[in-house]
Amino acid sequence: MNGLEVVTSWYLILGALLFIIGGIGLLVRRNPLIMLMCVELMLNGVNLSFIAFSDRFGDVHGQTVVLFVLVVAAAEVVVGLGLVVAVLRASPRATADDLSALKG
Amino acid sequence: MPSLEELFNETFASPSVDWWVLVPQIILVGAALGLLLVASLAPRALPAWASTVVTIATGAATAITAAIQWTDWGSAPRSTLAGAFVSDGFSLLITVLVGAGVVMTALVAHSALDRYGMAPPEFAALLLASAAGAVVMAGANDLIVLFLGLESLSIALYVLIALAGRRASSRESAMKYFVLGAFSSAFFLYGIALVYGATGGTNLSRISEFLFGTVREDDYLLLAGVALLLVGLGFKIAAVPFHFWAPDVYEGAPSPVTGYLASIAKAAGFAAMLRVLYVAVLQQGTAWSPIIVALAFASLSVGAVMAICQSDVKRMLAFSSISHAGFVLVGLAAVDPDIVDRLWADFGGSVGVAADLGDGVSSAVFYLVAYSFMALGSFAVLSAVVGSSGDPDDGTSRHDLSRYGGLARRRPVLALAFAVLLLAQAGVPLTAGFVAKFEVIRAAVGEGIYVLAAVAMVTAVVSAFAYLRVVLTMYAPEAAATSGDDAPTARISRPRWGDLPLTTVLAIALAVAVTLIVGVLPQTLLEWSADAALSIFP
Repeated sequence: MNGLEVVTSWYLILGALLFIIGGIGLLVRRNPLIMLMCVELMLNGVNLSFIAFSDRFGDVHGQTVVLFVLVVAAAEVVVGLGLVVAVLRASPRATADDLSALKG
Repeated sequence: MPSLEELFNETFASPSVDWWVLVPQIILVGAALGLLLVASLAPRALPAWASTVVTIATGAATAITAAIQWTDWGSAPRSTLAGAFVSDGFSLLITVLVGAGVVMTALVAHSALDRYGMAPPEFAALLLASAAGAVVMAGANDLIVLFLGLESLSIALYVLIALAGRRASSRESAMKYFVLGAFSSAFFLYGIALVYGATGGTNLSRISEFLFGTVREDDYLLLAGVALLLVGLGFKIAAVPFHFWAPDVYEGAPSPVTGYLASIAKAAGFAAMLRVLYVAVLQQGTAWSPIIVALAFASLSVGAVMAICQSDVKRMLAFSSISHAGFVLVGLAAVDPDIVDRLWADFGGSVGVAADLGDGVSSAVFYLVAYSFMALGSFAVLSAVVGSSGDPDDGTSRHDLSRYGGLARRRPVLALAFAVLLLAQAGVPLTAGFVAKFEVIRAAVGEGIYVLAAVAMVTAVVSAFAYLRVVLTMYAPEAAATSGDDAPTARISRPRWGDLPLTTVLAIALAVAVTLIVGVLPQTLLEWSADAALSIFP
């Protein structure tokens, strides 16, 4: 039982690391496609945490959640890719820095 | 050894579904899908008025259904789908608000669709889909259902903003909203994962029962989860410091969509926040209350100060919407730690305790409803002003303050309506804005958060300057206000509604009417919000 605990927390740490790498990547990288990939990385880090918790509790709830998240992530990427295509078509080789006509 | 069939029945006991509870969502989603289906199968393109009529009818049907459900059932919660969704006074009030918001957005958008190059059936279907997401968020009693509602609201909104893709500013603002929206959704989801890890469930009522049933003061996993949930929702409601997307997105989005974004999307975010904080993790009230106070403090001051600095009216309204979010947060922050202790001692909540807590929540709900109509009306006016002066170009300062100079002479009624809406946002008596601000500050004082109440009052005065500046520009003598460059519009000699689109006029009139009626006779809406607020407590 003690060994299981250790394994669970390792998965949790890995999930947190994936989430952080994705988050930093989203903030640092300027290529729109790589930013999309970073969002996916963040979501998958969360998925790993869900599965790890689900395994520790011994119930399937966390695993069903992951299925929902996969579907939502797919829908999000479809829209995101559409937006990226629209932006790149208007100005090829655009990076996130070029989207600065509106000053925040 | 159980047979496979027994195992199946045991594992997959399907929850009982109370279909009547789900009627508002079914109407919205059904109309959205039906419209898309008909539009794609029809041999010719549907006329724009057809999809507008369908959207308005759907929005009205949703609001009316929710109102009927509320009068039929009262405010008592009815949960369905194994407790994942709940229909109570609170969710029904937000549903009515969402329905009204859909009607007004469709009215304003009708004349603007062509100008922005947006396809009518797609616009209508996306609007209805995002409204369905908002309604799901209002009634979600499970964090995962909440997440699904949030995502259907957001994903539809990303596309709605990008629909005017001919304009670079629309593409840019959609991209910005998408990246930050996805970022915040990931935070929200991670928050759900941590709360699940700390409590073993995602059902809000069950989390609450679990927390009140166990004595755990400092559960860092739970606190980190709640903090991440607040970050995710903070982005959606554009509370400082998670606000930096708002001015750009509001400015770049088509004005009707901006109105929707500022009112309904924000109200749905607040509904979710309310339910998470007050249903699921009320037991940790002493932990999250300071965070809400800090968010409110930052949103109030940054929103008010930045609103003054803007020369663009649309950006000014974006920052003012941030400061309004701060006011709603003041209502949410009004939790007395003693009450949480008393709830702890006697879980189940005696009515007296709920009534004490309900004061802040009820003021927040009232503020949300009042503000939503003011925001929808204000952005409708913006849409009318730009639309009437026939400016197809893609400049980024389309709503420069100078453009509003002399509006009172050119279009006295439109200017008067805008003045009423702006003064209501400033909190002038006899408007809904005054009652809303008064209630929120009263709740804060009642809970002893004097500093926050004082800050709220000071920033109300500060941001009043930003609104008054627009009003004064509109009513200033022409020569002083503008140079001669908008001479063509100044030559319109018959100032009247006639050349404005009738649908936009209708939406503005509706917003002004609600703002004034609620301002003069606030009692009914106050009772409704109090009723709604009490219904969310277990």
